[in-house]
Parts: sequence; C-alpha cells; structure tokens
Amino acid sequence: MNHGIVRLICFRIIQLMGIILLLPILVALWYREWTVLPVFVIEGALCAGIGTVGTHCSKKVSKVFYAREGFVVTAVAWILISLLMAIPFRLTGVCDTYVDALFETVSGLTTTGATILRHVDGMYYSVQFLRTFSHWIGGMGVLVFIMAVLPMAGGYGMHLMRAESPGPSVGKFVPKVKDTSRILYGIYLVFTVTETIALLCTGRTFYEALTLTFSTVGTGGFGLTDAGIGGYNYGTQVVITVFMILCGINFGIYYLFITKRPGEALKSEELRWYLGIMLVSSVTMTILCIRPGGAFVGHPGEAFHHSLFNVASVMTTTGFATLDYNGWPELARTIFTILTFLGACAGSTGGGFKLSRLVILLKVVHNEVVFLVHPTSVRKVSMDGHMVEGKTVKSVCAYLALYVMVFLVSWLLVSVDGFDTATNLTAVAATLNNVGPGLNMVGPAGNYADYSNFSKIVLMVDMLAGRLELLPVLILMSPRTVRRGRF
Amino acid sequence: MRIIIVGCGTVGTALVLQLSAEGHDITVIDERPEVVRSAVDSNDAMGIVGNGASFQILNDAGVKTADLLVAVTESDELNLLCCLIAKKAGNCHTIARVRNPVYRDEIGFIRQGMGLSMVINPEEAAATEIARLLKFPSADKIETFVGGRAELVHMMIGPENRLVGQSLAEVTKEHKSTILIAVVERGDDSIIPSGSFVLQAGDRISIIGASREIALFFKRLGLPTTRVKSAMIVGGGNTAFYLGRQLITFGIELKIIERDLNRCKELTELLPEALILHADGTDKDVLLEEDAVGVGSFVALTNIDEENIMLSMYIHSIAPKAKLITKVHRVSYSEIIGSLGVGSIIYPPSITANRIAQFVRGMAGSQGSSVERLYLLSDGKAEALEFAIRENTRVCGIPLSEMTLKPGVLIALINRGAEIIVPNGRTEIQTGDTVVVVTGRIGCKKIEDILR
Repeated sequence: MNHGIVRLICFRIIQLMGIILLLPILVALWYREWTVLPVFVIEGALCAGIGTVGTHCSKKVSKVFYAREGFVVTAVAWILISLLMAIPFRLTGVCDTYVDALFETVSGLTTTGATILRHVDGMYYSVQFLRTFSHWIGGMGVLVFIMAVLPMAGGYGMHLMRAESPGPSVGKFVPKVKDTSRILYGIYLVFTVTETIALLCTGRTFYEALTLTFSTVGTGGFGLTDAGIGGYNYGTQVVITVFMILCGINFGIYYLFITKRPGEALKSEELRWYLGIMLVSSVTMTILCIRPGGAFVGHPGEAFHHSLFNVASVMTTTGFATLDYNGWPELARTIFTILTFLGACAGSTGGGFKLSRLVILLKVVHNEVVFLVHPTSVRKVSMDGHMVEGKTVKSVCAYLALYVMVFLVSWLLVSVDGFDTATNLTAVAATLNNVGPGLNMVGPAGNYADYSNFSKIVLMVDMLAGRLELLPVLILMSPRTVRRGRF
Repeated sequence: MRIIIVGCGTVGTALVLQLSAEGHDITVIDERPEVVRSAVDSNDAMGIVGNGASFQILNDAGVKTADLLVAVTESDELNLLCCLIAKKAGNCHTIARVRNPVYRDEIGFIRQGMGLSMVINPEEAAATEIARLLKFPSADKIETFVGGRAELVHMMIGPENRLVGQSLAEVTKEHKSTILIAVVERGDDSIIPSGSFVLQAGDRISIIGASREIALFFKRLGLPTTRVKSAMIVGGGNTAFYLGRQLITFGIELKIIERDLNRCKELTELLPEALILHADGTDKDVLLEEDAVGVGSFVALTNIDEENIMLSMYIHSIAPKAKLITKVHRVSYSEIIGSLGVGSIIYPPSITANRIAQFVRGMAGSQGSSVERLYLLSDGKAEALEFAIRENTRVCGIPLSEMTLKPGVLIALINRGAEIIVPNGRTEIQTGDTVVVVTGRIGCKKIEDILR
C-alpha cells in the first residue's frame, strides 16, 4: 500500500475544498451575509493553506499505484471532502448537530438530495449555494475533477476513474485520462450553462437558475424552498425535466455525437431501455391519474406533465418533486419504488443500480433459460453489437449479490428506529440509489430528520456506497481492514 | 502525437510504456483482452480488443486522425496488412516489424510499395548492437550522437582500473578535458557528478566525447580498444545469423553452436565462413572441447533467458578476460541481472522499442519539439538528449558559467561544424550547433527547458 500517494491526494482534496469555499464567500459578500462570512473565510483559508503546504511537502512520493490504491484513495477522498464540507453547515447553525451537517453534505456530494432539514425556506444564500454546489461537484466526481485540472501524470488515473465512475465497465473516450476527464467536464459545463440560461428565460433569478441547475445536472435534488419544484411555473418545470433526462444518459453517447458518430450513439441498447422505461412508466402514471379518483381527472396534459417530471426525477435519481405523490394510488407508489432501484444509465451523473447492469443481467438470465432447454448451446452476452467480457458479466452478478446484501443489512439496521416498513424500505432504497425522497415519512414532502443518529450514519454509508458503486466503501469497512488498520 | 500500437507483446508493452511516458496519446490494439487490460491499467493509454488489420477496429482506434501506426504483432504478414490498411484509411506514418529473413533482401521494395515509414527487424537490430560491442569490447553499451561522430559509452570500473580513487577534476586534467564523465551509477543511485566527485571500484560510468577521443581515453587506461579476435555464439537463431554476417565482414573468427541439425545445415549454407557445430551449447564438455577458455568473446543467444545467464556466468568463471554478451528477453529483472557479472546484456524488445521511439521523436521534432535523439540512461533515471539549435534562442551567446541551469542538468557536448567540443565555463552555444544535454530530469522538450 502506497501511503504517500494517498496522503498527496488527500492534501489535493483539502486544497480543492479551499477553492470551492471561494464560491460561497462570493455569494455571502453579494448578499451581505456578514454573520456566516467568517466561517467560510476561515475554513477556506485554513484548507487552502494546509492543502498547499501539504502537497508541497509530499511532492516526492512513489508512483506505485494499483487497483487497491485506486479504491482506497477514492473512498478516503470522498469521506474527507464530506467531513470538511460539513463544517460550515454546523458552524453557521443551519444544522443542529455535526451528524446532521454530515448527512446533509454526504447527501449533497453523492447527489442523493435527501435532507434532514425540516425547512429550507429562508436559509442563508451562501449556505444554500454550497449545498447545491455539492451536487454539481459530486455529480461528475471529485477525483475526475482533480484529474481534469491538476497535473497527475502516470498510469494511475485509470484506477481512480474506474473506482469513481459509475457503470459495469468504465472506458476512456481518448487515450489520456486527463483529456477524458476534461471532455466529461466540458460536456457537463455545456449542460450547466445551457440550463442556467434556459431557466433565466423562464423567469427565474440568476441565483435561482444557477442553484437549480446545480441540483439538476448533478441529478441531486436539493430544492430551494419547502414547496420544491411545484412552486415554479410550468416553463421551469419543463426545462428541469429535459435536463434531468439528459443528465441521466451516459455521457459517452454525447461524445459519440460530438465526434459525429450519431449512428453508434442511437444504437445504444441502454439508451433505448432508459427512454422506453421512462415513457411506459409515465404513460401508466398518467392513466392512473386521470382515472376516476385520480389526482388530475379530466386534465390528461397536466397529468402527463407531472407524471413525466416525477418519473424522470426518480429514475435519473434526482429526487425533485412537483407534488407529493405519496397520496397517489398504490400501483403508482410501487412503480416509483421500483424505478428507485433501477437508476439511470452507466456513465451519467445519476445513481442507482444502472440500466446497463440490468440489461446484462436480463441477457444472462435469458441465456441460462436457453441453456436449460438446449444443454449443449454455447451463448455469450453481447451489448451494442459487442461481446461483453466474461469478467464484466461476473462482476455484474457479484454486484447484484452485494447490492442486495447491503440493502437488506441497512434495512435491518434502520428498522431499529421503529418507523413503518414502507418508510424504512424506501429510505434505504432512496439513499443507496442516491434518489432522495422515498415514501410516507421520507416522501417528497417529508424528510429524514426524525431518524436517530445511528440510522443517519447507516444511511450516510449507504449513500456513499451507492455513489461509489459499493466496493470502495466496503473495502474500507471490511473487518480485515478495520482490525489490522491496513488494506 | 496520436499513435496506434497494434500488438501488445514484449515490444508493444515496452513501446506503450516509453511513448505514453513521453506524453503521446497511445491506443493499443490486441486480440487478447488480458494483455490490453494490463497495458491500460499500468499506462495512460486507451485499449481496444480486436484484430488490428480490421478496418472497423482501426477506425474505432481513430486511425483517421492518428499520426503514426506501429504494427508489432507476432506475424510479419499481419503487421504489413495493418500498415497497408492504416495507410489507406488514415494516411498516417506506419512502422512494421518484419522479422522473417526471407523478406530481408526485399525490404526496400516492400517499404516503398506499401509506403511504410520504417521497417524494423528486432533480430537484426539486436545483432547490430552486439556487433558494435564486439568492435569495442571495453564498453558495456554504446550509443552514438551527431551522426556517429560522438559516442556515449557505458562501462563498469573494475577494482584494478586506474580511475579508482581519482576525482573527476583529476580525470579531466589528465585527459585534457577531451572527454566527460556524464553520469555515475553507484548502487541504486544515479548521479550527475561534479568535479570533486571521487570514483570507486564498482561504479558504472557513462563517458561522452568524440569517438576518437574515447578510444584514446581507453588506450591511456590500458583497456583493450581493438575488436575481439574470435567469437563463440551459442544458439543459432536469426540473431546469430545477422550477427554472424556482420562479424565475418570484420574478419572475426566465428563458431556457432546450435542444437538443431537442420538449422545447422541452413546456417552452413548461409554463413560458409563460420564454423557451425551441431551440439548442445549448454553442455559444459562441449564448451570446453571447443576451447571456450581461450575464446575472445562469447555471445549467449539461446531462446531461454536463464540458460543465457548461466552460460555467461560459467564462461566468466573459466575465461575471465573474454567479452561476454548475454541476450535477455524479460526486462523486468534487469537490475538483478546487471549485477550478476554476465557482461553486456542485450534486451531485444527494448532495442526495438528504442529504435521506434527514436523515430517518433524525430517525427515530433519536425512538429516543433527540437529533440533529435534521446537515450535513456541507467534504467530511465537519466537521459541524454541531442538538440539541434536551429535559431537564436535564450541559451545562445552566453558563456556556460553564466547560464542558470536547472539542478541536475549537464551540457555534455557541443558539435560545431566538424568539431566536437567538450564545453567548459567559457564555451558559448551558437546557432547551428548540436548540443548534447545529460539530465536527471525527464521531460525536456526544447533546449530552453534546461534553464531555470
């Protein structure tokens, strides 16, 4: 284990935190929030100082970097930045305890959007800004960001990228990791700018447009008001719907469009499943809503609008809501819960199980069925016209097993608090899949404030495990690691 | 530059390592998923699994925008086909590895007909390297600069060498500063030494200077400077054939021991002047019978690294004066093998990779960077770079003593017209010079990079 490189990247993270804190400082200056300004300034200065001195001192580290270092660096980096970013939430008094602050930060960085705050109206502008910005930086990845801007030569970028980026098989667009991460952030920035402009056009203020954009493109889901997105006009809601859907798509597909290969992009099976499931769910939801006793009897247009918004929101794991779908028919509630598990496409900013994994699993199951009928048949799994490597198939199966186990254990631990089954189940599902809202108490209008500290920590681990695709976090928490203090 | 490498065997892997470290955009193509994966994991490169001669695969690898395609798979024909398709699809430069001796004499035709930029034959390259060492047996390794007029020679200082205990300032004085000791390797360290540095037995030094002066330097030290008289080669593969041909033209008496009778017959036809022995070269008695004790040089060229190493160690024990050359394919354990006392070690994959890398540098040179040649010294911990000063830059017209060089940078040699200058503090660099810089920092792209 190369401790030097882990230390170096940790100092880089601290340095990055110092730079990130410049943004809330600017916001605080603009809105004259003198009471919270010192918190940001002092922490920012400390982080920048410690980070710069630290990186300077650990310049001469060994370049040894293998998969193990990749996982450990990823997990440690995410925990570190969460711990640092939580400090302002506590010190400004927005959160009552450090655990709450940490929950809010982890939820932000992992783009979950689950909140422990009962009211978000009237929060400091600067704190609100930092809260939504955490979605933006966490959406594409902290380490991918560091790789895009900082000089980190050598072969170890790939291990980091594989550990941080979602999806069963992570590839590069171009030979160099640095260029790949720049392309990713480039596409991401284009979305950010476009959505901000689009939201400005629908009548939002610049501050609202920017913070809502952060929440959308990161597929996070922190809202600015207690009313959520329901408080805005239809134009705003439509813009947010479009960008949620766009950001739930594999960014590799946009790269294919940029390099003028739209044919290949449109052939993507995952994309077809993604849009297909979204459409079928929305239409079903619309029918449920316009049936007698539904929420929008006689208004099919409005029903479709809200159905699509909320389906897209859950499926891309954003977690915005235009209304409280808690009261919808049980079938609709079940569909929402199932969509929570599916998640968005691999290589997007969304979370969840990832559709590509699901597609691979379905094909594996299909092959098994054929194998039972024709015991001598030889079949392989293929996707988008390419053979899926045996290793990838195996890792997808293992991922499913691990996913179910983590889910069940968390469910068990959380149920100690004594809330009803639907609440507990959806709370774990919504955090593990980085969606945010679940049903009942943790529904779109509710929050996670009533859970005990223990449950909050369990849910935090779930959020991190979900964002980092289980393994890095589990390696850190495995009994062997804990017992021996090394990896 | 954007470079596609087809085939990820030993040469391919060495190439990926070297070229990606030099900052090029590398895409690797191989049919074996596991080798592609390991190449991508340990280097900043992209990998594609598939047949490199397929148009579709080459397209995925971005052949349309690539600057260079290097085909180094096992098969000559596949390599040529890859290059042909890449040339038609993307009009990039192409380099093919062709090792079958049958094509050797037609290589000019093939090269021209297929528009190849370079054809490399690993066995022939290795043989040339070995022949160079046999011509100048005191050196462990020789690299040439400025069109062969200057050399960089690596040697180990033995315990009875006159240099032991001398400081570099004394060495320079004694030899009227015609040569320069540029890098000293002691243990695991590689040092760019100052004048007060005192040499010890066991140091491995790199000497740079005009070829003539280096020969004189060795003569003054009492080391042999003439070529060896006789050579014994164990293993009669293609390398032995190419080496044999060159050695015969130098008039070196040659014995080749080969295990396979049919190959022996082929070799007698190909090399009528050489003595071809059909025997097991790893058999001690055979070696003694053929007078291995009195041999001038011994070259171990079997296909098994371990056998080569053992043979060389044995010959060293019975004939300590003989020049030993050992062929080793696996580069991974070079540090250990180097300390075994098996003479000069030849790594054919590295030689091939180095040749290709030099071509790449030449191409990059025409695209802005002005490095003409680059040699890696002491396992890549230092490098020697040759710069052509084509225009007036910041380094020109200042005496070297007033130049603020980065630490660990040494201006080793200046070539001006027909003259090779080993610079001192008063020397100035002028436009039109060729400058050789030795540095412990990697990544100099232009001459200004050596300044602080």
